[in-house]
Amino acid sequence: MCASFVTRRAVVKGGLAAAAAQFPRPFVVTARAADTVKIGLDNPLTGTYAAPGKNELIGCQLALDEINAKGGVLGRMAELISEDSTSGDAGTAVQKARKLIDGDHVDFLLGNVNSALSLAMAQVSNEKGILHIVPGGHTDAVTGASCHWNVFRVCNMTQMEANAVAASLVKEYGKNFYYITPDYAFGHTLEDGMVRAIKALGGTRVGGDLTPLGSTDFSAVLIKAQAANPDVIVFLTQGEDMINALKQAVQFGLQDRIHLAGAQQELEPLEGLPPEARIGTWVMEWYWNQPGVPHVDAFVDAIKKRTGRVPTARNWFGYVSGWTCALAAAKANSLKAVDMAKALQDFHLPPEIALGPNPAFYRAGQNQLMATLFVGNAQAKGEADDDLFKVTKTVAGADAAGTVEDSGCKMTWPA
Amino acid sequence: MTQLLLFNVFNGLIVGAFYALMALGLSLILNLSGIINFAHGGFLALGAYLAYTLIPWIGFWGALIVAPLLTAALGLVVERVLIRPLYGGDPLYSLLLTFGLAYIFEDLSRLVWGAQGLPFAVPRWLTTPLSSQFFFLTGYRLFMIAIVAVAVGGLFAILGYTRLGMRIRAGTRDLDTVATLGVNTRLLRSLNFGLGIYIAGLAGVLAAGLLGLSPTIGSSLIMPSFVAIIVGGLGSLLGTLLGGLLIGVASGLTAVFLPAAQEAIIYVMMGLVLLARPRGLLGEEGRLH
Amino acid sequence: MTPAARRIVDLAVWAALATMPFWMAAIGGYTELATRIVVMGLAAMALNFLLGFTGVLSFGHAAYFGLGAYGAAMGIKYLGLGTLPALALSVVVATLAAALIGALIVRRRGVYFAMVTIAFGQVFYFIAFRWNSVTGGDDGLTGWHRLPIDFGRATLDIYGNDRAFYYFALAIFALSVGAMALLLNAPFGRTLLAIRENERRARFLGLPVERHIWLSFVVSCFFVSVAGGLFALLNNFTDPRALRFDLSGNLVIMAVLGGMRAFWGPLIGAAVFVALQDYVSSHTENWMSVIGLVFVLVVRFFPRGVLGALRGGAAA
Repeated sequence: MCASFVTRRAVVKGGLAAAAAQFPRPFVVTARAADTVKIGLDNPLTGTYAAPGKNELIGCQLALDEINAKGGVLGRMAELISEDSTSGDAGTAVQKARKLIDGDHVDFLLGNVNSALSLAMAQVSNEKGILHIVPGGHTDAVTGASCHWNVFRVCNMTQMEANAVAASLVKEYGKNFYYITPDYAFGHTLEDGMVRAIKALGGTRVGGDLTPLGSTDFSAVLIKAQAANPDVIVFLTQGEDMINALKQAVQFGLQDRIHLAGAQQELEPLEGLPPEARIGTWVMEWYWNQPGVPHVDAFVDAIKKRTGRVPTARNWFGYVSGWTCALAAAKANSLKAVDMAKALQDFHLPPEIALGPNPAFYRAGQNQLMATLFVGNAQAKGEADDDLFKVTKTVAGADAAGTVEDSGCKMTWPA
Repeated sequence: MTQLLLFNVFNGLIVGAFYALMALGLSLILNLSGIINFAHGGFLALGAYLAYTLIPWIGFWGALIVAPLLTAALGLVVERVLIRPLYGGDPLYSLLLTFGLAYIFEDLSRLVWGAQGLPFAVPRWLTTPLSSQFFFLTGYRLFMIAIVAVAVGGLFAILGYTRLGMRIRAGTRDLDTVATLGVNTRLLRSLNFGLGIYIAGLAGVLAAGLLGLSPTIGSSLIMPSFVAIIVGGLGSLLGTLLGGLLIGVASGLTAVFLPAAQEAIIYVMMGLVLLARPRGLLGEEGRLH
Repeated sequence: MTPAARRIVDLAVWAALATMPFWMAAIGGYTELATRIVVMGLAAMALNFLLGFTGVLSFGHAAYFGLGAYGAAMGIKYLGLGTLPALALSVVVATLAAALIGALIVRRRGVYFAMVTIAFGQVFYFIAFRWNSVTGGDDGLTGWHRLPIDFGRATLDIYGNDRAFYYFALAIFALSVGAMALLLNAPFGRTLLAIRENERRARFLGLPVERHIWLSFVVSCFFVSVAGGLFALLNNFTDPRALRFDLSGNLVIMAVLGGMRAFWGPLIGAAVFVALQDYVSSHTENWMSVIGLVFVLVVRFFPRGVLGALRGGAAA
């Protein structure tokens, strides 16, 4: 008994020691190249948002490789430090943000896919005065009621998305709309935006339901939706909720009687749906298949080399975020956050980064990127296996957005 | 309105049947071995992923048969190596160990198959609805009910008519006496665990046809299973079945009046049952005291 | 452990805590990490009051942690309270809830008790999630931050100065831990141990078992809510995840990892867990596997935890 006891302990201790030896020792970490410009990405790499988070990371990595190939930021090499914020634990996201700022001394903070975590991190970045780019965190407050001078956002606000798609829906499908809305701030504001946009065009909301985030079964809600006999059922759910809801709606055969549509759609959920469920009218924030638009093919090839698939909007968000850091520093000729933030007011992205038919710029006084929105229909397969979306029209972000006053953003600058 | 309610009751029964299937596997393991298997969702996810990988080779029906078997095999290995030493101990330890296993399973799924949702293809003829009036009775949901019925029937048949089943039932009441009677309780517990995991794998294959397949599919389904067991009663498989159906229907009815609460209602039910009748609807007093 | 040895351990722990911000940076940490360790350590020790010293497993302590966090956050955001009053408010709210719920569930034991604590935790999570006009819902409660404390003659800038906040948190930690130690050494604490060791015998001895378990539950939740309040102050943010059962599970593993039977065990467990998670997740995306492995290894080989193993005998 004793002998085996000792042996087992020794084995376990030895195993743990061997495992520990795999990790570089902590003090080696601080010996990072002191001469690089550091960009900290605090994004989910595990949990529900792992897929978009990873795609943003890949886009950002591509950006940094290109930046370094062109000479870096203000003559110094750029270094990307990536941390996993988790998909929902604000404590971890905030802790990692502080680690990046206080421990790693990053010059830029990037993140988060999760709206709530974006807001929490924005508070930290504002407190510490660091330039913060939000690639794909959608809650309006980030460049709205809770806007800060140092926080910029790449992805769209909900009203922009709603305005872009509403006209197509009312014109082609009818006036009665039923909403399936995920029960959190983003869902609520997206629904409000849609209702307003559609009302302005003569449509009405005949009913709607709030669904808990992470719902697995939408059948009850779909039954209600069908009973209300609308022209269109609007799915505002995202990510896995989108997959579950659409999959089940198609199994019910709802698309034969009622048109299915929504606002924000992404390639990730479309890829996760079986081919017969890739239907509906949506708006995407960026799409890879843009014939005739220069530079897009190069980007598509570059991402394909890294992931084996076409880029998604998330890749593009990360790409733009990374490049924004370099361009801001170049224009301001400084790494001081205030200087760079001022340089980004009404700053236009060069075409090889905007990658769209319209100019892309950060609107002054709000720090919100105005780019292009792509309205279209999901399809099982287009010209290529990855062509899951048929773009029917593009809308300039600037045209779809309300005014800065509408957004509720009152920006104050440090003295 | 009545039609809406009726539809939702029927639909709730269908969904509840699925919850019941998951919960039955969990309950089986809990009753005989006293192990709270927090990793049950992880095994479910594994079953789904294995099916996804096998479908191009052996088709959907082949995967439906093989994937749960493979999952059960893994379950047997896990039981032998990790779970067996925990028998007879504080349930705290099995909770913690399986909690950790759940983390590992989720991470490994993401490592092997990626974080991206995967399109799980179900045979086309299954995904069409049977009538436009009762549109929610899709071929797939009826298929699911059929499989659940077969699985539950099979389970109760095994328990009622085979020697293994008889020993499991006896062991659930008094494992010590069963051991004294010369039965190899180690083997019994292993087989029981394997059976429970087989059901989890089967539930996983079914789930993948209904939901998006991603590494987090297991963790979203584990809590309703626990609730089904608590509501139905620890120690009673029939109770678990009933519990699953009840929470399915409750969730469906809540969706009619207050959809935002359709998830919370099951916890309220659980709380109420625990306070008013802690052994559950069909449970036995003194189980896992 | 002899009283002298115990003194030495206590001194060592306090010395390490008092100087943590300084040696933390040298090993690749940072001050906020140290503060987080202290906060989670307090939460784990509070849980252990119930788990290790009374022998009752709660898997829903995150509910009271979260209530404490929301109480402090809402106090500062809506009532404009200072730091100390906000903490007081958070504790009052959470402890009241604990007293009420504890009275309801105190008759249950074992898995039932653990499950019903999960149920209540999820209900609070749902309330925090849905009542978004007040709690901010899924977006969490932002737009506020901890304020410097005005002591009349001097101000302690716990907002701008991370180290100042660390020592503030440490002071609260010291008071809480001291109070818990006092309770455990008093006859009350002895009774709890008796209940842990053999509940039936304690009952036969005429001890009011349910009342003691209820009191232990309330005390435990009281201190966990203090930790929750500090957590909200640390992040200048709170959200419904602070109420979920994952956090509860993590608290339990911290207590077990460090050693449930030792007073300082959960603090050691929290330090190892928090630091490990922070460090590992910076270096690999697969940190969940590593953490999961820790759970498995602890249960299989170190069920008595680090301190239990050090005392001699790693087997349960």
